[in-house]
Amino acid sequence: MIRRNTKFNWKRKHLLSLRDLSRQELEHIFETAKGFEQFSTRSIKKAPTLRGKVMVNMFFEDSTRTRISFSLAASRLSADIVDFTKKSSSVSKGETLIDTARNLEAMGIDIVVIRHNAGGAAKLLSRSINACVVNAGDGFNEHPTQGLLDVYTIVKEKGSLEGLKIGIVGDIAHSRVARSNIWAMTKLGAEVTLVGPPTLMPAKVDQLPVNVSYNLDDVIENLDVINMLRIQFERMGGNPFPSVREYSHFFGLTVERAQRAKPGMLVMHPGPINRGLEMESEVADGEKSVILKQVANGLAIRMAVLFLVNQAAMQEGKK
Amino acid sequence: MKILLNAGQVRAAVDELVGQMAAATPAGTDIAVIGIKSRGEILAQRFSQKLTDKLGRDIPCGALDITLYRDDINDPHGKAQPTVRSTEIDFNIDGLIIILVDDVLETGRSIRAAMDALIDLGRPRAIRLAVLIDRGHRELPIQADFYSCKVDVPQDESVEVSLVETDDVDQVAVSKG
Repeated sequence: MIRRNTKFNWKRKHLLSLRDLSRQELEHIFETAKGFEQFSTRSIKKAPTLRGKVMVNMFFEDSTRTRISFSLAASRLSADIVDFTKKSSSVSKGETLIDTARNLEAMGIDIVVIRHNAGGAAKLLSRSINACVVNAGDGFNEHPTQGLLDVYTIVKEKGSLEGLKIGIVGDIAHSRVARSNIWAMTKLGAEVTLVGPPTLMPAKVDQLPVNVSYNLDDVIENLDVINMLRIQFERMGGNPFPSVREYSHFFGLTVERAQRAKPGMLVMHPGPINRGLEMESEVADGEKSVILKQVANGLAIRMAVLFLVNQAAMQEGKK
Repeated sequence: MKILLNAGQVRAAVDELVGQMAAATPAGTDIAVIGIKSRGEILAQRFSQKLTDKLGRDIPCGALDITLYRDDINDPHGKAQPTVRSTEIDFNIDGLIIILVDDVLETGRSIRAAMDALIDLGRPRAIRLAVLIDRGHRELPIQADFYSCKVDVPQDESVEVSLVETDDVDQVAVSKG
């Protein structure tokens, strides 16, 4: 298909949150990601675009998918990669986040991908250093590349988000994925409903552009997309629900519930899955599930993000 | 703005190029046409249709996006911000003679990028270059195998190719700045 030239200048050298982005910026990322999709099927899975650039993965929390996905995205664009983990670094000797980053910058890094347990860490960092900063999850705040890949997956499966009814189910309070999802999905015209026990709803939920339901059975039949979140035991204090079995009885995506949903409903999960808790295995591996497609799309999205922030940094250098 | 070729002349130029390509293709060789986005893609589609008619067999057609291979992408003095689009080549290019198509040949830098992009997709038997206009000012040792017209345009002027599919009219114009 031949498209008319649409000129759009991407100006952000940091990707900190989806709350900041306009609809046009979101669509530009998806358009760019589309160009990167075929990479995984080529004979040579690499392009020289970011040759000579250095990306550092600064992960203060554990991660499998996101860290590997960013590394792979950078290596497909020929960037060099430095891996940084909290355990084996001087952070354990008391060095601050900004000092650590400035020291890395003094060695000539171009892009910092950061995951941190404090909300706003990426933003703080972007104010202190010159390199591009990409947020890979900050506390309960946002996880923008996950939000982008979730929405991109829906766009690819459904064509558009306009008018879709999307349920985000489970541990909303502790979920940065949910927040990034809410901002991106509502900007693109979807109607979002948060579903979960009141104890797992975030504070000030009434100020978010969403509906709230405490009963999955009430809404399941109307949904076009369901995004099941993981129960984040590691972040919980107290007892948000009486027992794991009770939670999965009321809010788990069982085979029986999935059968009551619309035939074309997409089942999503940001991973890692607690099988049998928020979702039964038959559903996670079932025909409605796009969970592994999300992971594949994540690679294209992250390549697009690295490409765009670098481009903006280059343009800024020109001024 | 000065019109270099009008609609009729563009059509004649396309026909002339198809003639050159057909004459240079010995019977039984496998060829394919691949256009550089975005004007080259449209030209490549016209070439492939006409070659298919002329040679009586299917000549595959593809489109190549060279953004990721450009040599000015990390150059702070580069011009506009290029947009990444997708490469759409749904056939195996190994062993084929590839006719690479672009609208205007100037510095040769996009052709260098296109050759690198193609070679990352496979190993063609040969790559030939077809362009509508050769306007001079080469910066790399690259020449077209097929071209319809060579013009001397000063470097501060630009050659703009418009094609019906995206610009509502077939023409080639020269404009200042």
